[in-house]
Amino acid sequence: MSTATDTLHHDEHDEHHHHHIPKGIKRWLFTTNHKDIGTLYLWFSFIMFLTGGAMAMIIRAELFQPGLQIVDPNFFNQMTTVHGLIMVFGAVMPAFTGLANWLIPMMIGAPDMALPRMNNWSFWILPFAFLILLSSLFMEGGGPAFGWTFYAPLSTTYSSDSTALFVFSVHIMGISSIMGAINVIVTIWNMRAPGMTWMKMPMFVWTWLITAFLLIAVMPVLAGVVTMVLTDKYFGTSFFNAAGGGDPVMFQHIFWFFGHPEVYIMILPAFGIISHIIPTFARKPLFGYASMVYATASIALLSFIVWAHHMFTTGMPVAAEMFFMFATMLISVPTGVKVFNWVATMWRGSMTFEVPMLFAIAFVVLFTIGGLSGLMLAITPVDFQYHDTYFVVAHFHYVLVTGAIFSIMAAAYYWLPKWTGVMYDNTLAKWHFWASLVSVNVLFFPMHFVGLAGMPRRIPDYALQFADFNKWISIGGFAFGLSQLIFLALLIKACRKKGEPASAQVWEGAEGLEWEIPSPAPYHTFETPPIIK
Amino acid sequence: MNLLTKMFVTIVTMFITLPTLAQSLESEGRSDLNLRSGVTDISSQVYDLHMLMFMVCVGIAVVVFGVMFISMFLHRKSRGAKPANFHESVKVEIAWTVVPFIILILMAFPAAKTLIAMEDTSEADMTVLVTGSQWKWHYKYMDSDVEFYSTLATQQEQIRNKFAKSENYLLEVDRPLVIPTGQKVRFLITSDDVIHSWWVPDFAIKKDANPGFINEAWTNVNEPGVYRGQCAELCGKDHGFMPIVVIAKTPQEYEKWKAEKIAAIETAKAEEDRLLAMNMSMDDLMTSGQKVYLAKCAACHMPNGEGLPGVFPSIKGSNLVLNDRTGHIDILLNGRTGTAMQAFAKQLTLSEIAAVITYQRNAWGNNTGDIVQASEVHTYANGK
Repeated sequence: MSTATDTLHHDEHDEHHHHHIPKGIKRWLFTTNHKDIGTLYLWFSFIMFLTGGAMAMIIRAELFQPGLQIVDPNFFNQMTTVHGLIMVFGAVMPAFTGLANWLIPMMIGAPDMALPRMNNWSFWILPFAFLILLSSLFMEGGGPAFGWTFYAPLSTTYSSDSTALFVFSVHIMGISSIMGAINVIVTIWNMRAPGMTWMKMPMFVWTWLITAFLLIAVMPVLAGVVTMVLTDKYFGTSFFNAAGGGDPVMFQHIFWFFGHPEVYIMILPAFGIISHIIPTFARKPLFGYASMVYATASIALLSFIVWAHHMFTTGMPVAAEMFFMFATMLISVPTGVKVFNWVATMWRGSMTFEVPMLFAIAFVVLFTIGGLSGLMLAITPVDFQYHDTYFVVAHFHYVLVTGAIFSIMAAAYYWLPKWTGVMYDNTLAKWHFWASLVSVNVLFFPMHFVGLAGMPRRIPDYALQFADFNKWISIGGFAFGLSQLIFLALLIKACRKKGEPASAQVWEGAEGLEWEIPSPAPYHTFETPPIIK
Repeated sequence: MNLLTKMFVTIVTMFITLPTLAQSLESEGRSDLNLRSGVTDISSQVYDLHMLMFMVCVGIAVVVFGVMFISMFLHRKSRGAKPANFHESVKVEIAWTVVPFIILILMAFPAAKTLIAMEDTSEADMTVLVTGSQWKWHYKYMDSDVEFYSTLATQQEQIRNKFAKSENYLLEVDRPLVIPTGQKVRFLITSDDVIHSWWVPDFAIKKDANPGFINEAWTNVNEPGVYRGQCAELCGKDHGFMPIVVIAKTPQEYEKWKAEKIAAIETAKAEEDRLLAMNMSMDDLMTSGQKVYLAKCAACHMPNGEGLPGVFPSIKGSNLVLNDRTGHIDILLNGRTGTAMQAFAKQLTLSEIAAVITYQRNAWGNNTGDIVQASEVHTYANGK
């Protein structure tokens, strides 16, 4: 692991004579600074999180009681679709890219990302992608209503005309992700400080490096499949149309060959974040650093051979079902190793429970619950019962909300003092944590029950036996949504530099290069690389 | 940190009580918390697998979270804990890689065995072809002429909160599928338009209906009864409104039902011939046309005939309806490929088609004054 350096402090006075920070809107439009771009990504992702969240509120309001009250089924389907797309491509992925921008150069002792102009472009095309997607909701016939998985032929022959906009916006998101990934790889490969060997790299850097390779491998597959949807719908091809010699199930194979690695794209950086926070607040080095690296790499490799577990009911040959069942079960081994390592890191530590640690602990518990329901879903014969029910909805929200998003919040609290130079408002932070923790479980835990009892997902109205639980789920949903406004208030306060000044190290147990530069981090850091001993 | 201790106790108790709670509710016959064990040998095997997996997961969770919470309690700075400095142990790391692997292998055996049994559709006693389309199911018994559509029976007024909701709200159909108990029934499952998924939880069957391909599933029901399910794959606007109801009858009663059904088909044919020969009045056509319209057309074209702009075209003021009489008959009979418009030639009788065409040509201000008789539809259908 990276440790002490001694050539740091000249950065601060360098800044005074040969760089000035541009002011106003131009600073943000033309910036090539990794910290500015990181900030842009993080705010963008938070705005998208609130937008996608508002859609979830509409969904939960309609499902508050049986019957159709607030929206019609066609609009309901648009809400579930766009909620999914926004949360995956607009909230979680850009948040991790934002963290990568802020942290990777500081963690490896590099002055900036390797390709700063491309960095600017890969951010600034994103708002347009989502503007296109959101504006399609106002078209005649409405926005995409075929689920974020856009299964053909519902998304081809049977979709509304806004499908072309959907395809175009997914292309832009894909281009942005690929450029971001290239930048991360080139930066890590070439710009590590002298002495930072591969096995001394911080875990967040390792997990992002692997994530970036996953992105480059699968985003083109997504681009391919949306293009096939486009040509099937508008140009008379028959990739997914049996009448023309195609196969609708082939769509699902291609989509999930992208989609399963995508799931790990959204969780591997989270593993990295948690592997920083737990050692800091346990005041003890991460247990099993090497096995963490190998586990991350194994998860990434396995992610390419499990995609069809999303498709057990499509009618695959029994041999294929068995292969994908066993391969999927296998993933729980390296994932388990990670959880055990975190617990072992806590064991015989000297723990304190600041807000980043609270989120990290909640992550370990709740992500593991999501992982265990994932193991249940891997068992093909039982998956026939779980598939496309609320049990699946519960599963992926446990891994994505209390997994990925909790890790992003943990990261925000952990590094916020480094970014802003002030300590966040601890009272608000605690309110945010406890309100989120309670409400998120009221929201997602009962979904396991309604799913097992037989409630399908993506329906705007349901049979009467599901009514009680759905009411509680909706109440939990509204509470979780409102809790995030506390976070918004806290972030605004911190960005306006209201709070106790933070020290360079911020946390007593924090280790790594980013904690050796002052807080707030100067606009330019590590213009001369530090030497890692 | 008192709060933390309390949370710890709550969460641990929750995890310990959960499985027992689920089981006690199960024994009381409540199935709104857990999977049902169903009414076939396979479905009860699936249920047992589910409970086994659930218990293993709860076990793992209790151990992992237990160690973690004990550590959070004991190894706190506020209790004066001093950090140890260990950060690896090859023995422990090998152990917690190998032990889960062994648990997985033990779980894989029963799972594979059940899976192979579920996928063995050979030597069936009878076969039913199940076809999904937006938003109804069609059942065809392969050994006879019996075939029919099965659609949602819940009234729109219940869905729109105007009437009180009935007991089987959204889980009731006009014509349920009927199968015999104690026989191996094979289902061939396909679709006419988008992908649907035929799911009956009590049989542990969920199989996608893929357009242009045929999937297979089977069941052998032990107990007579009414079993309800729903479409499980997002299939468009009314995905939530295409339930499945299967009635399992004893073989004797099933045969009786089937004989009645075949007789009813004969009667319907005779009635159709009789209607073909007679001319119906405008009023009669409008009344029965409205009934057909609301049952078959209103889901897309809306009860007011205006459709959903950009998704389903309006019939009110439509050029086809106002100016192209044969085109109107043609689209009803044959549908339009490449769109969501289905062919209704097999879904409706000739007189129903005539009535609904007459209705569409005269309702909502489409005052063409046209009367279309069953004979005209018949001539067009056979003239092609």
